[in-house]
Amino acid sequence: MNVSANASAYVQAQSLPQLPAPSSTKGPVHWMRANLFASPANTLLTLVALYLIATTVPALFKFYVFDAVWSGAGRDSCLSDKVGREVGACWAFVGDRLQYFIYGSYTQAERWRVNLVFLGFGISIVWLLWDKAPFKSVGFLFFFGILPISAWMLLYGGARAEFWFLMAGFALLAWSIWGDLSAARKGEADVFTRPESLLRYGILAAMLLFGLYVQFGPGELPVVETGLWGGILVTLLIASAGIVCSLPFGIALALGRRSKLPIIKLFSVVFIEFVRGVPLITVLFMANVMLPLFVPQEWSPDRLLRPLIGVALFASAYMAEVVRGGLQAIPRGQYEGAMSLGIGYGKMMRLIVLPQALRIVIPGIVNTFIGLFKDTTLVTIIGIFDFMKTIEASFADPLWATPTTRATGYAFAAIFYFICCWGMSRYSISVEKKLAAGQKR
Amino acid sequence: MQGAPVTRKGSPWYDPKIRGYVYQALLIGAVVYIGYAMISNVSQNLARQRIPFGLDFWDTQAGFDINQALFPYTARSSYGDAFWVGLLNTLLVAAFGIIFATILGFLVGIARLSKNWIVAKAAMVYVEVIRNLPLLLQLLFWYKAVLEPLPRPRDSIAIPGGALLNNRGLYVPEPVFGAGAGLIGAAFLLAVFGSIAFYVWAKQQQAATGRIYPIGWVSLGALIGLPALAYVVTGGAISFNYPAMGGLNVRGGITVYPEFIALLLGLTTYTAGFIAEVVRAGILAVSKGQWEAADSLGLPYSRTLSNVVIPQALRVIIPPLTSNYLNLTKNSSLAVVIGYPDLAQVFLGTVLNQTGRAIEIVGITMAVYLTISLLTSAFMNYYNQRMALVER
Repeated sequence: MNVSANASAYVQAQSLPQLPAPSSTKGPVHWMRANLFASPANTLLTLVALYLIATTVPALFKFYVFDAVWSGAGRDSCLSDKVGREVGACWAFVGDRLQYFIYGSYTQAERWRVNLVFLGFGISIVWLLWDKAPFKSVGFLFFFGILPISAWMLLYGGARAEFWFLMAGFALLAWSIWGDLSAARKGEADVFTRPESLLRYGILAAMLLFGLYVQFGPGELPVVETGLWGGILVTLLIASAGIVCSLPFGIALALGRRSKLPIIKLFSVVFIEFVRGVPLITVLFMANVMLPLFVPQEWSPDRLLRPLIGVALFASAYMAEVVRGGLQAIPRGQYEGAMSLGIGYGKMMRLIVLPQALRIVIPGIVNTFIGLFKDTTLVTIIGIFDFMKTIEASFADPLWATPTTRATGYAFAAIFYFICCWGMSRYSISVEKKLAAGQKR
Repeated sequence: MQGAPVTRKGSPWYDPKIRGYVYQALLIGAVVYIGYAMISNVSQNLARQRIPFGLDFWDTQAGFDINQALFPYTARSSYGDAFWVGLLNTLLVAAFGIIFATILGFLVGIARLSKNWIVAKAAMVYVEVIRNLPLLLQLLFWYKAVLEPLPRPRDSIAIPGGALLNNRGLYVPEPVFGAGAGLIGAAFLLAVFGSIAFYVWAKQQQAATGRIYPIGWVSLGALIGLPALAYVVTGGAISFNYPAMGGLNVRGGITVYPEFIALLLGLTTYTAGFIAEVVRAGILAVSKGQWEAADSLGLPYSRTLSNVVIPQALRVIIPPLTSNYLNLTKNSSLAVVIGYPDLAQVFLGTVLNQTGRAIEIVGITMAVYLTISLLTSAFMNYYNQRMALVER
């Protein structure tokens, strides 16, 4: 009991410096032991996986990067006996046909119109998807109202398109003014001068001025027949037509399915279950061969319009189920609260239920859209020249007929679709996280 | 409650009941009108194009050949026969696809949760790549970029077991049933039923006594052993007709056409990517306490997975799994792009082209897929009811 500070020499007076943790519990060696070689079975798995990676990844890199031909004017630059070395992917082919992959056979001199549409599309995508972008409501008007009409006029051209374009522009303008007037009548101040309204009127005015200029200006836009459209242009067109139509229709169908009115419910359920029960191909065939029979001969829809209708119907049914999930997740109290305030059905849905319901299903909507985007490739089956089809068609071109052309084309298509779909899925995951964070509080 | 009559004030237009009737009447009116307009347009258009309406083409001679048919079919057969050939081919590829996609999907899904870093990452890359590429592109890849460049029949690749692989397909040995083959079949059936009986008995024993019997090994032994025994007893009643080179092509054996292989590969790998995510979500839905409890009982990993986690995860997995099966069946219609003679390719493609009967053919095709879908979802509802947690 006599242990004190001065007592014995074998008692350590001050603490020793800490030793580093043994390598078996820390550092790369430990990490590898825990995550790669934890048990014999685990080690075996690691070795098998490493073997598979070692056999495929370097070969892919060799083919697509190191041995690839990056520039050239024709098939000779991608033939190994002409070049005198082993030849991998023929990226020169992609570079040469890139214009075709983007625009299809769209008239060369008129491609600025396509670029303008791409620009508008890009702006509206950023506007709608970027969380902090201002004036979201104007963005919605732009994407769901102004852009589709303008895009159609710009891409098709011709006097008839311009006339309807102007009419639609005036209709949107009148609708916008009417909405603002009724808001002003209810006592809201500065409805016409707040920045949101100014922006909206600015966009509408620009649209109308452009339409008037084209209609009465030096010369109208020449018609570019839809048969010439192709490539990424058509892929984006079908995908965005799908999303633009499927959201409103899907919401309507979802509301119909949850309606208390039996007949409305019946029709909604039948439509949704019917469309979801058949493959997209049959819907596309229906749009392609049956639709022209269903309408008077003079209304027979354009060959490009038919798959658009088919895809829009198809996507609506899937969207309806996604939206229904959101509607079901809204607690009853929200409905009851609205009803106890004496708010009617339309306003209750528009102002209280749907804003909450749509917010929770944003990831579901994006996932549906990813599926829709992948499914646009199916229009190749009914002879529409979308991105996939332009690539497939290019393989028949003798100018670039080499043994590696096909592998290169598929790789290019894969990169394009992967970037688009993967980007969308990342976006949906980030929204999901943000929503989950909001729920946690 | 005085029993006084409720007096309504205000216009009937604001009575939700009356409004409801009005809306529904409007909807019915619109649907009836559209239906009427469509029918009259169809009859006018058909009359103008001189296309008759009806199913009279069903018994007409088809005049085209189909390479893969599950029952004898020639160019002399009728359109109706072509329909059945297509439907059976759809069901064939769907059945194989479902089996393989389930196996691969479960493996990848479990691999994604593996503690082995490299295996988990490899599974993740697989899932991300597969799910983010269009199925059509993947099918074209398998068909045109993998199977088409295979060597010509003359330079066929010999696969151990007597199969040959070349750009015209895979040739597998064909079993030839000699006298007494029935005995082998009977032995196999006996083994199947015996295994099932043993499984039931072993589970009952396990529930009663806690003893675990090696079900897997016993059934495997029975399934291989009994037919093998019968084979020896009958003196080799089943022989194999091995494919061999004859002239410019392979003779003998069963031919598996490249279209079938490509479609099966594409559907399997694609759907497996989705099933893997379903499986992963299902396993993650099992609470951590279950894992820890199994660990604390000293169960090895494989037994924890198979006896504790997966049975509970299945309740979450089955509904989306069924819808993935359904998707696979519907996606098999993409056979059109690679020319596998399924329902869509034969009926919606060739027969429609030859007869021009758009309405009948598209209608029948849709009805077939719809029937499959409705049957599947009926089964799923039944299964869900059985599997649902009994809450007390």
